[in-house]
Amino acid sequence: MSAIIQVQNVSKSYWRDSFEVPVLNDLSLEINQGEFLALMGPSGSGKTTLLNLIAGIDRPSSGKLIVDGTDISTLNESGLAKWRSAKIGFVFQFYNLIPVLTAYENVELPLLLTKLSKAQRKEHVESALQIVGLGDRMDHYPKQLSGGQEQRVAIARAIVTDPVILVADEPTGDLDKHSAEEILTLMERLNKEFHKTIVIVTHDPHAASKAGITRHLEKGDLIPA
Amino acid sequence: MKVLKLILKNPLRHKLRTALTILGIAIAVIAFGLLRTVVTAWYVGVEGASANRLITRQAVSFIFPLPYAYKDKITQVPGVKTVTFANWFGGVYIDKNQFFARIAADAETIFDVYPEFLISKEELETFKRERNSCVLGEGIAKQYNLKVGDIMTLEGDIYPGNWEFIVRGIYKPRDKTTDASQMIFHWNYVNERMQVEMPERAGDVGWYIVQISDPAKSALISEQIDALFKNSPAETKTETERAFQQGFLSATSAIIVAMNLISFVIIGIIMLVLGNTMIMAARERTREYAVFKALGFSGFHLTGLIMGESLLIAAVGGGVGLFLTFPIVAGFEQVIPKGFFPVFQIEPITVILAVSAAILIGVAAAIFPIHRALSTKIIDGFRFVG
Repeated sequence: MSAIIQVQNVSKSYWRDSFEVPVLNDLSLEINQGEFLALMGPSGSGKTTLLNLIAGIDRPSSGKLIVDGTDISTLNESGLAKWRSAKIGFVFQFYNLIPVLTAYENVELPLLLTKLSKAQRKEHVESALQIVGLGDRMDHYPKQLSGGQEQRVAIARAIVTDPVILVADEPTGDLDKHSAEEILTLMERLNKEFHKTIVIVTHDPHAASKAGITRHLEKGDLIPA
Repeated sequence: MKVLKLILKNPLRHKLRTALTILGIAIAVIAFGLLRTVVTAWYVGVEGASANRLITRQAVSFIFPLPYAYKDKITQVPGVKTVTFANWFGGVYIDKNQFFARIAADAETIFDVYPEFLISKEELETFKRERNSCVLGEGIAKQYNLKVGDIMTLEGDIYPGNWEFIVRGIYKPRDKTTDASQMIFHWNYVNERMQVEMPERAGDVGWYIVQISDPAKSALISEQIDALFKNSPAETKTETERAFQQGFLSATSAIIVAMNLISFVIIGIIMLVLGNTMIMAARERTREYAVFKALGFSGFHLTGLIMGESLLIAAVGGGVGLFLTFPIVAGFEQVIPKGFFPVFQIEPITVILAVSAAILIGVAAAIFPIHRALSTKIIDGFRFVG
């Protein structure tokens, strides 16, 4: 299997007032296509930061990130936005659905950036919602859905553009045990059946156990496997 | 278009907040429209002035009279077509609150010099024939439900005593800037009584209205008229009717300036109100904007989203305000004495300014929220706790 994500000597630090706070230290990592990787570590270890860098929503202070053949550390903001819309599917801990849009409209959002016609968008959206098992909830608003259902809508939104990589930051962090299990099962299916490369950040060892590979971070360093 | 659905739905997130903001904008647009209409009405006398009419008055002050004898001399000035004259009668009709112009004028010539006062030939002949008759503007006739044949009684103040007039004609305004609120009666009727009761005031003329053939010669003719009476006990000042009307306005210019200023301050205030609403909305949606950016939506899309919502609220508020301005101005017109603002209506320029103000409000209120949305990094947006 070829490496779809190559993190090469990446460091990242933030400025908080006048203080520079290092988060990642000269980190290198390769993730192969079709892998399901869990990043674990204590708070402040840099796992979310690494996820954000891979997803292209943050930039490294130094180093290279090559994702699906593109060195994203060289793209400008506009280029990065376009790249993200085509390559990355996001799943957030708190779902981040738009409350005034229905499940259908939330899932359709990423497709509005494509050249698909309304009919084509409809086909994709219905397909994505069917995959996550919410085909009968298209017209429901987020407030009419349970937490687990909201997260499934979020997953549908993440996969509707058929991205090469799914990134999920604590996808089960706000869910009860039963809903969390549903989400993890769904993600397993996306990985095994649809061959999606998935990178999740989690504190939950059970969630990590669903992934094929688990890597640990501590104080910005990747613990050797 | 991509974010159109969201633009239409976003204002409904907080219905009460949106409704109150719309109401505020509507009230601001109504106030703006009303103030602008009052300012425009103030200038109607100037706008309705004729280019071929000059006004000759006492040089010291308009309130001092001129001799009747000046008429023939003015008539002799080259370029003068017709000379008429008038006195401000004043007086009280019904009570002191019923204000409109009550003018004692030369019945033979007044309507020649004011062709925009449309009166039938028969009514004009009757008016000229009967010394104690009067002609009313259509606005006054409607306001007091007067018709030809009715008697009007004035209690004189400048010209003491009770004065009865029979309505013998009602004139219609030819143009929309024509004053249809005047009461015109015979100068001779008033003068004859003055000869008996107050002889020292007999023969006094308030001002002369001089109709000239060529407006281009107004300055020359004005100079020539004033030259006739230089160094006399009653020197004259002759000017175009427009300049004469503007002279009245200059006395109240501070009020007009203040009203103009207030009308724009109102717009500024409501801009801040909508701006506050948009800032609150944008702050609440910081995380959502971060999600949009993460999904690949550009700054252009976010700008369209925020600006679209702001313009939508401003447009609805402005539309409601403009819609209500018309009946409110019409109601105001019914309440104010006809003589204060003879012509009181919303001009097209007022509508254009009100619409422009609503657009400006929508655009300006969105600037800061857009800047904030675009400058907040995605990861900072996700961390935001509203």
